[in-house]
Amino acid sequence: MTLHEFINYIIIPILSLSVLLILWRFIKGPSIVDRVIALDLIITTGVGFIAAYSILTNRPSFLDVAMILALIAFLGTVAFSYYIQKRNK
Amino acid sequence: MTDIVVAVFSFFGAIFILLASIGLIRMPDAYLRISVTTKAATLGIGLLLLAATIHFEDFAVTTRVMAIILFILLTAPISGHLIGRASYFSGVKLWKDSIMDDMDGKYHKATQELKSEDVKELQKREKEEKELIKKKPLK
Repeated sequence: MTLHEFINYIIIPILSLSVLLILWRFIKGPSIVDRVIALDLIITTGVGFIAAYSILTNRPSFLDVAMILALIAFLGTVAFSYYIQKRNK
Repeated sequence: MTDIVVAVFSFFGAIFILLASIGLIRMPDAYLRISVTTKAATLGIGLLLLAATIHFEDFAVTTRVMAIILFILLTAPISGHLIGRASYFSGVKLWKDSIMDDMDGKYHKATQELKSEDVKELQKREKEEKELIKKKPLK
């Protein structure tokens, strides 16, 4: 089993399954806080996807996108928490 | 040889992300879910990115990946703290089997000020002291 096959048939399906499980929490989530956490974790899993994909295609330039995505996840969580805190004043 | 190391690192990273998502489903409470996502997911992402550095063996890629890992390690606790604070102020309930709530009654809901002592107990004690002084005036 080459590394290419290993990532294609084991790593990417595990990550896809975890995204589906997080999406279930995103749809079901009782409060808005659970949805924000699920969104944050989906974007973080996206960073992992990009790392696996850059190994798969042998192109390190995808890692720039991963950096921007991590930044967006942090800014999104901060903005949502600010909005939740201000809404209840 | 490097392929095996890359495979092991990426496998454990993917497993940790899967564990984080299972924890997000199974945990009974928003605060416990925050705790799961900030720890397991950070470790999983770090392992996957380390696998990428080992695979490319390039200085430019290594610095870039180290920057991403450092950024995630710095920002994950901050965002977890912020969202936990906002959820406590917005009145998200704790799990019914949670044993204690340290912040119960120690913050003012309108001004969002935190105090180290219980606000209601402090007021009650001050009232009792005033009554005591009224009963027994100092000589």
